[in-house]
Amino acid sequence: MPAAPALLRFAALALLVAFLLTPQSFAPLFAPLTQYGAPPIYDQGDLLTLALAQLGTVCCAAAASTLVAVGLGILVTRASGAQFLPLSRTLVNIGQTFPPVAVLAVAVPLVGFGERPTLIALFAYGLLPIFENTISGLRSCPPVVLGAASGMGMNARQRLISVELPLAMPLILEGIRLSLVINVGTATIGSTVGAKGLGEVIIAGLLSNNVAFILQGGLVTGLMAILLYEAMAAFEQRLFRAARIE
Amino acid sequence: MITVEHLSKQYGAATVVDDVSMAIERNSITVIVGTSGSGKSTLLRMINRLVEPTSGRVLIDGNDTTSEPAYLLRRRIGYAIQGHGLFPHRTVAENIATVPRLLGWQAGRIRARVDELLEVFQLAPGEFAEKFPHQLSGGQQQRVGVARALAAEPAVLLMDEPFGALDPIIRAKAQDDLLDIQRRFGTTIVLVTHDMDEAFRLGDHVAVMSHGRVLQYDRPAVLLTHPADPFVARMTGSADRAMRLLSLTTAGEAALPGSSDGPAIAASASLRDALSDLLWQGAESAAVVAPDGTACGRLTLAAILAHGRPS
Repeated sequence: MPAAPALLRFAALALLVAFLLTPQSFAPLFAPLTQYGAPPIYDQGDLLTLALAQLGTVCCAAAASTLVAVGLGILVTRASGAQFLPLSRTLVNIGQTFPPVAVLAVAVPLVGFGERPTLIALFAYGLLPIFENTISGLRSCPPVVLGAASGMGMNARQRLISVELPLAMPLILEGIRLSLVINVGTATIGSTVGAKGLGEVIIAGLLSNNVAFILQGGLVTGLMAILLYEAMAAFEQRLFRAARIE
Repeated sequence: MITVEHLSKQYGAATVVDDVSMAIERNSITVIVGTSGSGKSTLLRMINRLVEPTSGRVLIDGNDTTSEPAYLLRRRIGYAIQGHGLFPHRTVAENIATVPRLLGWQAGRIRARVDELLEVFQLAPGEFAEKFPHQLSGGQQQRVGVARALAAEPAVLLMDEPFGALDPIIRAKAQDDLLDIQRRFGTTIVLVTHDMDEAFRLGDHVAVMSHGRVLQYDRPAVLLTHPADPFVARMTGSADRAMRLLSLTTAGEAALPGSSDGPAIAASASLRDALSDLLWQGAESAAVVAPDGTACGRLTLAAILAHGRPS
């Protein structure tokens, strides 16, 4: 996906920050969507706090997904761990295909309400892109470069850390980016089990038939996902511009 | 000195290297030449244990190569390969510093060594040290590959078709550079190639391999004049073997006493080039000139031709 023009990105960021800091100034914009004098702007909590809480949950889950998925990806691309590839792939695929809502339903009786079931659902949901990209990245290292690394006298660990992982890094980061973006949206369902997040706003809108609330929750989530994607892409570009190792 | 004793490698039922024994002289260039699939690369890679032999052993200066972990052995042996295998995410300087870093050299010593090698390979440190491999030409990448292999001052350098990806002009330059490097550092070089011209140009000794066996291992002139096997004769080329023989001797080595008013020929030029020059200029004799410009003898057509016959 080509990066959106810088101006557009900046406008989106400015809009998001302005809305989260001073939601009331956008009230006239949302007023036509409300009925019977309902509040046009979500008033049962601070939107900024909710947005940050959701972002925090997503980042925690992504960190855990990254650790596990990259670790598994490294394991199954070693000769000694190749036999675990089918099993790992199955587990990771289940994580992706098992609906996060169902994960919540299973997790709540085990760990209770709040952030924890959401973290589990997002963690499982975010594994696949990171896992698959880690494998692709490690497998796409040119054999001649790996041969040179061994020929120079690197042992397996040195080769992994100083050659294979750096060369696979663009793909791994891309996987993390995909996982993050998917989960920013998915995280809204966490509000059904009491996790703090923008899902609250959407649910409040659904319960009180307030389209303005639904729209606010959805738009802020969408903007966060897009901006996160763009920020990660820009970061990756900066990181690899010099070496151009993609 | 590298001693190869009854070395064999089998993959399943296929024997890739079949009971090879050879002694590789210190401070010389030994070329292993053969067609593709002859087992020459496998033989080379068994010296630094990138391939573990099925049977037999390799001794370097009398020490069995299996007496230490393979990765420690490899840090003492330079390794350069076709397509250079440079690390694309590291700068030229970092690439060259690979083995010194693995060996834990001090930063200052590494920097000095990197600069020295860049100078030796005619890559100005200021311009090239911080470049990435993709910013270099093919010839420059190849030079960095060899510089990296030599970084930790290895006594032995293994080269697997190092010049295979270069165009003919750059390849000739790279071969000249390698000869200079070998003289300068006294490295023991084992080089694998499928190119007989390259073998004759570089090798103090040449081993001809086919189907996993070394058919003949000797000085290039002996391979030409006394091929041990029809395959060796075919590889060395029967049609132009006289010319090849001439290319093995320099004008300086063949110079006769006396002087000539014919064209001047550098002492380092091969007799093949000298003959070509005389034919082209229609002269009967030439003056042999040392690098410092002083005359050091003469060459006649007849004297050159005498070198083109097996003695």
